[in-house]
Amino acid sequence: MQVQTSIAETSTESGASKSPVKLHSRGLNLFYGQKQALKSISLDMYQHKVTALIGPSGCGKSTFLRTLNRMNDLIEGVRIEGEVCVDNVDIYKKKIDEVMLRKKVGMIFQKSNPFPKTIYDNIAYGPRIHGISDKKKLEEIVETSLKRGALWEEVKDELNKSALSLSGGQQQRLCIARALAVEPEVLLMDEPASALDPIATAKIEELIYELKSSYTIVIVTHNMQQAARVSDFTAFFYMGQLIETSSTERIFTSPTEKQTEDYVTGRFG
Amino acid sequence: MERHFEKELNHLKARLQEMARLSEDSLACAAQAFIKEDKFLAERTFTNERIINSLEIEIDHGVADFFALFQPVAIDLRLLLAIQKINNDLERIGDHCINIAQSAISYASFPQKFGQLHLPKMFIITQAMLHDACESFFTKNLQVARTVLESDDVIDEMNRANTREAIQIVKGDRDSIEMALELLRISRNLERIADLSTNVAEEVIFHVQAKVVKHHQEDLKG
Repeated sequence: MQVQTSIAETSTESGASKSPVKLHSRGLNLFYGQKQALKSISLDMYQHKVTALIGPSGCGKSTFLRTLNRMNDLIEGVRIEGEVCVDNVDIYKKKIDEVMLRKKVGMIFQKSNPFPKTIYDNIAYGPRIHGISDKKKLEEIVETSLKRGALWEEVKDELNKSALSLSGGQQQRLCIARALAVEPEVLLMDEPASALDPIATAKIEELIYELKSSYTIVIVTHNMQQAARVSDFTAFFYMGQLIETSSTERIFTSPTEKQTEDYVTGRFG
Repeated sequence: MERHFEKELNHLKARLQEMARLSEDSLACAAQAFIKEDKFLAERTFTNERIINSLEIEIDHGVADFFALFQPVAIDLRLLLAIQKINNDLERIGDHCINIAQSAISYASFPQKFGQLHLPKMFIITQAMLHDACESFFTKNLQVARTVLESDDVIDEMNRANTREAIQIVKGDRDSIEMALELLRISRNLERIADLSTNVAEEVIFHVQAKVVKHHQEDLKG
């Protein structure tokens, strides 16, 4: 297996920043039955950086995101070729524990999906599954996770309230806090703010910015400005192919490919 | 179908084109005001300047509105940044034309003149530089933009030659100091117009190729 250990170098006005590759795919093909949804995707995603996946509907960006923690395994008729590595370990070829993989690579979906339980239980659910039963330890995890999820101040006095009573934006931050409770290293986000108002969206974006110092984040978004605001790298997908990937700065100021330029400037099609 | 976005962008370009036309006219008037000692043409630069100033404000507002409403990226972002900078450059060129026109009026008032140094030739080259720089922006012609950059050195050398020759003349005829100062003022202002035209040409390269060529950045990168 060819191991990629390239270093991200993004030229910024403040100087070059360097980061090792946390996840990568090489020659990744994915088929839904006869239909090929991903065509030979090779992409590096760097540690403690935000990589945005952009492209029109049906281009394969969400499919690609789901390959990063084997969520596509749950879909019948899916066939995958090539490799996807987390920390240089191929998550498809080795016999890996999928539960442990998803602990390491957490996911946040477009629509917030809290459990119909209390705020406390939503956060404590994951750690309990992973064997933590000590009450004090669980309380500590709940507080830390809610603080990291930028929700603690708003809910600290009502942890026993139903999570479903929270607003849409709060529910989404709860889902992020829930994902953080099992101490992942990577966060996959599939349009995490698309159903939220501008204020709630700004809070999620601010949270992403805060979280990237500790986590590697890969985000799918249809919102070009959001991709520009929150990500360090951007990958443009079109019809199952990776057309271009570069620093976000470059994609939004001087992309190399005409298709990328046409898409980010809204001239696509 | 032309999008709303493109209509707004084309409107801004059209206003900048008008500003470019007026700036070129001001420089042509300033040149003739000096060479033919035509006071009427000197006054036309003052009229143009008032319109140029109001256009500068209008374009500034238009660019700010465009950023706020459309959040342009990639080639559109570079175009907007270029429009913003060229807008300021053209306004400065208008100011330099005023300075030249004022000196042309003073120069015309001297009863005896010792000549015009290299200024007539400088006017021709500077006018061509300004015209080509603006034209290259509106036609995205990189070749023309690059010829503007090359002409800048010629103007710099002529400006230095004017200084050297004026010093020699003043040494031989102390009564000509005032006239020499007016001529050097024109020379200096033409040199600035050539610099600003070069800036415009650099913006064309930035807009079309996303390359920064000012301050010899390409050479610095090796």
